[in-house]
Amino acid sequence: MTMSLTKPAMRGLLAKRLRFHLPIAFGLSLIAAIAFKYAVTEPRNKAYADFYKQYDATKEFNAMKEAGIFESVRPSGE
Amino acid sequence: MLRLTAGRVGGLLSRRTVAAFSFGSARMASRGHDVTEQADMSLPMYCDRLDTPLPDRPYRETLSPADKSLKQKEKGPWNNLSKEEKLALYRMTFNMTYAEMKRPSSEWKTVLGGIFFFIGFTGLIVLWQRFYVYPPHPRTLDDEWQSMQVKRMLDMRVNPVEGFSAQWDYEKGQWK
Repeated sequence: MTMSLTKPAMRGLLAKRLRFHLPIAFGLSLIAAIAFKYAVTEPRNKAYADFYKQYDATKEFNAMKEAGIFESVRPSGE
Repeated sequence: MLRLTAGRVGGLLSRRTVAAFSFGSARMASRGHDVTEQADMSLPMYCDRLDTPLPDRPYRETLSPADKSLKQKEKGPWNNLSKEEKLALYRMTFNMTYAEMKRPSSEWKTVLGGIFFFIGFTGLIVLWQRFYVYPPHPRTLDDEWQSMQVKRMLDMRVNPVEGFSAQWDYEKGQWK
């Protein structure tokens, strides 16, 4: 072979890799965070809001009392 | 002081005992104890390794006169070398080609077979343990106790929003 090969890149290899991969990494992380917010936390917050909208604490307490799980107050029968 | 040279003792003792007494040399080939000679690890060694393309020394150092003349021819322009000569020169410097080094083997079948065999054997041991080693179950694992436990958890409203009690329909008294 009489022709000479082109000199390969000797420096800046990490910088080149980061230039390409860092924006992708940030982008994917951002997408993951946004996806988690709207797929997980939003339904969860809504579920809690809906639960407590119709929540009657006294009624629940009496139901639990009648079931007999408390030690300080016993069911009305005893 | 323990090291007796073969020459001094050879006259007095039999050849067999001399071999037992000379500690320094590993060249026992003639005695029948070792079959191969030990390589001198202090000199550059040849190796067939994928990660070392150029070993420390050529494969064949002692060349026949024909090989030596070929090496002389190698010093000239390589276009003059025939294909067989080039191959002969390669084999002088290297033992195996990369293709030969990377050749697939059937070792994976043995490995996988061994893995499955020993997993199966372990399974047998675990089965034996189940009958001869384990103590009787605690009563909290009985079905009756478990159902009492579930009822108590529902009465306590464990995780009523998204979890356990959320799956129970309190009006109808059944799972949703």
